[in-house]
Amino acid sequence: MKNWHAMSLYDRFNCWTIITVVSLCLILLFIIYPFSVLVIHSVVTETGEISFANYVTFFHSDYYLQTLFNSFIVSLSATVLACMIGIPMAYFTSRYHITGKPLIDNLCILAMMSPPFIGAYSWVVLLGRAGFITKFMQSHFGFTMPSIYGFVGILLVFTLKLFPYVYLYVSGALRSMDASLEEAAESLGVGGWKKLRTITFPLIMPTILSAALMVFMTSLADFGTPALIGEGFRVLPVCIYDEYMSELGGNTAFANVLSVVVIAFAMLVLLLQKKAIAGRNYTMSNLRPPKVKSLPTVSRMVVTAGVYLVAFLGVLPQITVVATSFVKTSGPVFLPGVGLDSYREAFSKMSLAISNSFMFSIIAISIMIFCAMLLAYLIVRKSSRVVNLIDMLVMFPYVVPGAVLGIMLVSAFNSKPLLLTGTAGIMILSYVIRKMPFTLRSSIGILYQIESSVEEASISLGVPPFKTFFKITARLMLPGVISGAILSWIATMNELSSSMILYTGATQTISVAIFNEVTSKAHFGTAAALATVLTVATICSLWLCKRLSGGKISL
Amino acid sequence: MSPSFLIREEGEDVMSFAVHIKDVVKEYGDFLAVNHITLSIKNGEFFTLLGPSGCGKTTLLRMIAGFNPIDGGTISFDDRVINDVPSYLRNIGMVFQNYAVFPHMSVADNIAYGLKARNFKGEELAKKVRAGLAMMKIENLADRMPSQLSGGQQQRVALARAIVIEPDVMLMDEPLSNLDAKLRLEMRSVIRNIQQTLGITTIYVTHDQEEALAISDRIAVINSGTIMQVGNPEDIYKHPANTFVANFIGTSNFIHGTVKDGHLTILDQALYDFTPKTPYEGNVQISVRPEQIVLLRGHEDGLPGEIVRAVFLGTRYEYEIAIADGTHVKVNAYNIHSDDVYHSGDKVGLRLSAQHMNIYDASGEVLLS
Repeated sequence: MKNWHAMSLYDRFNCWTIITVVSLCLILLFIIYPFSVLVIHSVVTETGEISFANYVTFFHSDYYLQTLFNSFIVSLSATVLACMIGIPMAYFTSRYHITGKPLIDNLCILAMMSPPFIGAYSWVVLLGRAGFITKFMQSHFGFTMPSIYGFVGILLVFTLKLFPYVYLYVSGALRSMDASLEEAAESLGVGGWKKLRTITFPLIMPTILSAALMVFMTSLADFGTPALIGEGFRVLPVCIYDEYMSELGGNTAFANVLSVVVIAFAMLVLLLQKKAIAGRNYTMSNLRPPKVKSLPTVSRMVVTAGVYLVAFLGVLPQITVVATSFVKTSGPVFLPGVGLDSYREAFSKMSLAISNSFMFSIIAISIMIFCAMLLAYLIVRKSSRVVNLIDMLVMFPYVVPGAVLGIMLVSAFNSKPLLLTGTAGIMILSYVIRKMPFTLRSSIGILYQIESSVEEASISLGVPPFKTFFKITARLMLPGVISGAILSWIATMNELSSSMILYTGATQTISVAIFNEVTSKAHFGTAAALATVLTVATICSLWLCKRLSGGKISL
Repeated sequence: MSPSFLIREEGEDVMSFAVHIKDVVKEYGDFLAVNHITLSIKNGEFFTLLGPSGCGKTTLLRMIAGFNPIDGGTISFDDRVINDVPSYLRNIGMVFQNYAVFPHMSVADNIAYGLKARNFKGEELAKKVRAGLAMMKIENLADRMPSQLSGGQQQRVALARAIVIEPDVMLMDEPLSNLDAKLRLEMRSVIRNIQQTLGITTIYVTHDQEEALAISDRIAVINSGTIMQVGNPEDIYKHPANTFVANFIGTSNFIHGTVKDGHLTILDQALYDFTPKTPYEGNVQISVRPEQIVLLRGHEDGLPGEIVRAVFLGTRYEYEIAIADGTHVKVNAYNIHSDDVYHSGDKVGLRLSAQHMNIYDASGEVLLS
């Protein structure tokens, strides 16, 4: 027999306690501390006095209130539109026979996974002042297209990029609903629209609200789209970026104030959503999945056409980008003829950005997977007050727009001993903080499905708990972890808003390069070539994920 | 392959342990899930913790396994207190209700898992795995993945996995409750046979009283975190220590009576000589098993009653009889000749013999007979 008493210390100060403490320290250092710095900077003047003058200015300025209102209204409209497209589409594809459902799903995933500003860029190329379609309509029909810039443009891009969240979440919920519930309603004499309204929708409401929150938060935080297509229509992230850049080196207090306001606002929305969902999470046994019915031929053709049109519009930006990457260009002007000139230029000038993107993302995703698995285990199996606090704190970055996170990190880590500003480290740090929630949520999800008795079996067979975690638990978690990690990975590759604040010449990424090529240099060709690189990377990642997780990507 | 090969070298004694549970407490807030339980389980014994769900039996088992911390008292294997020994060093074999077979490993890898943790390698490892497979008669499944196995087969794998590590104590947490009725009977005898052959001290948790009676050397009946009775199956069935046990194990009828001056009176109609073990006078509860009551036609003899319901169950008739105070009494009649059959409304007499009665005080806590 082994030493019986030597290990009692181990029991009290076991590895999980250490991990809890370390996690808490890291969260305090990398999330709470930067946030505190942000708040403090927003109320402390250059002379060191506490002053709410900047807040007063904000709430008395029509200019800033208008910006806040713009952000709210465009995010809300995008959310409503995304639901109006996503929910019916999910309903029709999950309850009726529609040809090529996997194709529709894949197109939607691709639309959702594209870098946000590529949508804006492509729609400018198509419908902008000198856009293909604009010019075509003008010269052939003498018809002047309405302006794509401003509110309409932002809304168009957000809606087409974000409706897939609603579509995919709601499809999942509809497919896992127990058929007997709707049959019970019918047996009680309730059918058709009334059944949908009283049974089906209330049951998927929590899912709809989760998807809506995702759409709203993404819209609210997006910097690239309004920066490219917004023009006079000012929204918070762009405003924060401008304030920050114009005041760089001097007093950045005002950017801090805006940041605090946007975080507070996002928090408020999150709390409202949580309140709406509270107590409505119905677990369904899913004994029998719902029947998939056939529609009459005409209706079927109309529905199919509608669904494909929406999915096609969703991926149109990517098609545009890939197509234009082969067109010869001179600055923003597309010339006749095709070739690989854009790629030649992109790879010769931007090879650093390309290698940076891949390197940072690989490092960031490795850290995310490692941390997410340990944190998920803590949250699911070692629940305590401290652990619940950790759970809340790691989800906090969800309400922090990228640009704000960038500003937080820069102000917190711009002096010794933690001088990170301008390094690759700070870029990776911001990616890990902001994109880990995807991996964490899916890791938590899969862990709830793994019975703890499997771990106990391993421990009872003589394998210590921490070793059991790596030999059994981690191994069983892997499929779930991968499906979340792939989302984190793609989101990291495409990240723009915090990178814009944090990058230096040596640490610029593909996204930053594309943005700069489009905005300051107007090199549409290289931008399209670089964007195609991102799109290809995204497609390859999704394909790899499907192969690894043996089928579905769970969101 | 002889099973003993699995466990020890030639001539070596059984390396199994007695388990001593002393004044053990588990608290969840103000609630005592395990309320000062003291038990001694002998070396090589098949001991069952039996009770309704939520009574604390699984909590106690998990404390022995080391998965629930011990809030008070001590648990020892022989004379070694194991309170502070982490689970993985306790050398226990644990079998779970949901099998807990590692889904990403083949059957053979599952069985090898605990052996590898004990540094078995190469041919020795293979030999022990083969012995485990042979013992549970699953040699043909060695290369299968758990998803290809039925529930019964998975539980055989789990048993083999626990046995091959030669545990000091075997712990089983309702191992049969996820199986269908027929498999449950089959696995019940498999478990019992293996335990007998290997002589491993085994602590078994179940809420199924018939299973407990069939499989155990001794049983502890537990309710609300407290031990109600410890004894061998026959004792517990024939002489339940209180009305809870009488009710929980098998079916019992409870009839009111009074004890006075060395006499037991039932409903002023039947009279027995009766001297309580401990001095007691007043109201009593009398428990009688349905098969211990003899029915007589008419009201001339025995405790008078009227048939309320008669149900034919193949091997027996089950009668429900209303007696004078309105109590319904269940009686099982096994010799079914056509003239012995009663119908609803028939007047009958119930003959209760003193030796089959268990008499409790009014609270039902104390056995007087």
